[in-house]
Amino acid sequence: MKAAAVIHRILRQFRRDKRALALMLFAPILVITLLWLVLDTEEYEPEIAIVDAPVAFTNIIEHKEADFSSMNMREAGRVLKAGEVDGVLSWEDDRLSLILEGSDSAANRSVIRLLQETLQDMNPLHQEITLEILYLHGSAELNLFDNTGPVLIGFFVFFFVFLVGGISFLRERIQGTLEKSLASPLKRWEIIAGYLGGFGLFAVLQSLIIIFYSIYVLDMFMAGSFWNVLLITLLLALAALSLGTLLSTFAGNEFQMIQFIPLVIVPQVFFSGIFNLETMHPFLRGIGRIMPLTYGAEALRGIMIRGEGPSDYWMQIAVLAGFSVLFISLNILALKKHRRL
Amino acid sequence: MNEAVQLTHISHIYGRHRVLYDVSIAIQPGIIFGLLGPSGSGKTTLIKVLLGILKPALGQSIVMGTRMPSLHQMKHIGFMAQSDALYPELTAQENMEYFASISGLERQSVKMRVKSCLETVDLTSSAKKQVSSFSGGMKRRLSLAAALVHDPDILILDEPTVGIDPVLRETIWKEFHRLTVEGKTIIVTTHVMDEAEKCDQLALLREGEVIVQGTVEELKASIKADSLEEVFLHYGRVTS
Ligand SMILES: Nc1ncnc2c1ncn2[C@@H]1O[C@H](COP(=O)(O)OP(=O)(O)OP(=O)(O)O)[C@@H](O)[C@H]1O
Ligand SMILES: [Mg+2]
Repeated sequence: MKAAAVIHRILRQFRRDKRALALMLFAPILVITLLWLVLDTEEYEPEIAIVDAPVAFTNIIEHKEADFSSMNMREAGRVLKAGEVDGVLSWEDDRLSLILEGSDSAANRSVIRLLQETLQDMNPLHQEITLEILYLHGSAELNLFDNTGPVLIGFFVFFFVFLVGGISFLRERIQGTLEKSLASPLKRWEIIAGYLGGFGLFAVLQSLIIIFYSIYVLDMFMAGSFWNVLLITLLLALAALSLGTLLSTFAGNEFQMIQFIPLVIVPQVFFSGIFNLETMHPFLRGIGRIMPLTYGAEALRGIMIRGEGPSDYWMQIAVLAGFSVLFISLNILALKKHRRL
Repeated sequence: MNEAVQLTHISHIYGRHRVLYDVSIAIQPGIIFGLLGPSGSGKTTLIKVLLGILKPALGQSIVMGTRMPSLHQMKHIGFMAQSDALYPELTAQENMEYFASISGLERQSVKMRVKSCLETVDLTSSAKKQVSSFSGGMKRRLSLAAALVHDPDILILDEPTVGIDPVLRETIWKEFHRLTVEGKTIIVTTHVMDEAEKCDQLALLREGEVIVQGTVEELKASIKADSLEEVFLHYGRVTS
């Protein structure tokens, strides 16, 4: 198959073009790390009020990095309301109940984490413990980094594949190699398939690195399966690549390709769920429905935050695949301008 | 019906600008056919129509009995564009390997053909160099080698020797003649008169129309000129 020759050539170009390679693989790592530094305040030492806890429990928790004070329920309620502590732990029979102050997501997280560690340490005692978490303010919202993380992963894959893929295809047009390829027995779909294959491989590599780094190094909240995340990022990459190559038809040079970013990429970010759209008019909210990133972000959040499996987001998968099929077909049609076959 | 290429009544317009007008040319196999004409006369456009990568407003291009575009005939055509269509990031060798594999050459013969074509254009010593570091003439030669790589029956070369020194130009033309002996057909566009002299057949294009066509001798005889240059100047002036 001649598409394989196209893939091979693209891989070789990547190997030579170290900048594009670095842009695709390491720029996302850099940006996501910066966001982590800004949004994820990890080293917070929470203040916790403890009411009527069993000795076995207090013995363990008191060694943890936190500020504890024992008090009665009334007193605890008062200091919680006053915001003097981040949470109140109370114990009734075998039920452990935690009331979080709730307005600082970083504090919520560190209290919950601390408690989970303690419960794990207690496990040798084989106690059946149920933990109930209540919020004085807010809800179980995770911290901003965990919340936006899945969307960011999707965004980076989409953005970099769109840009690098689109510009590469544009260059083929400008430097005449596309015309030269079309003056060969190469079929139009083979050119497109070669592009998808070559860039697809890089998208896999890029996705693997971004996902791995976010989850295992930056400790982004991850409830679902790694492979499900990879599947969605791949679908996003496919949509991004086919959209990028398609739009490159309408660009005369690299700079004009960059001009598509505020038009095509930025709006997708606004509608992808990084910002809360609840208060927006439903009609305007509908704009997000025509954007691939919206679906990718929905599925990624489902997987990473709620631990969903493919049966929960098959609709998003179908829509993403649909976008790709549409863009790929338009690509093949656009090449018809050059050659009918 | 044994012409290598047959162009019949081809007309084309870009926007409102008439670029080709009723061009009919028949090219016999095994010859070097020269397309001559001033800049902007429509040579490149005609070649694109011939290849089938540009659909003319009117007329058709038939290559070896098949109407273009035809993926099957593309296998037997080598094309060198006026501007070098090369991947600057890749080495000469890698560019050649790519063009060899997309033109349908079998895997086993790719390496060998690439090597021999690079030899023809004297680029063997630079095979492992990135094309971005090539001079203009080197790129031109590599483009030529890429057009030759799948051993096509018909070679279509748009100003192949621009920027190539006289010594190498001589070798390249010798190679062209050797290819025609093998039965290959070569179509070249050129501005250079001494190259035009070497063509078996010529067509002179002006403002999208074929003014005159025939052998070099026929062209000279038609206006009783001694040199092709005179012919070129004569037909360039007439009615303009
Ligand atoms: N893509 C295009 N869009 C509009 N006009 C074009 C296009 N390509 C060529 N032309 C016009 O068509 C005419 C013929 O161009 P063409 O490139 O065929 O000339 P040429 O004989 O190859 O010239 P040269 O010897 O300079 O290469 C020119 O007037 C040119 O401006
Ligand atoms: Mg030209």
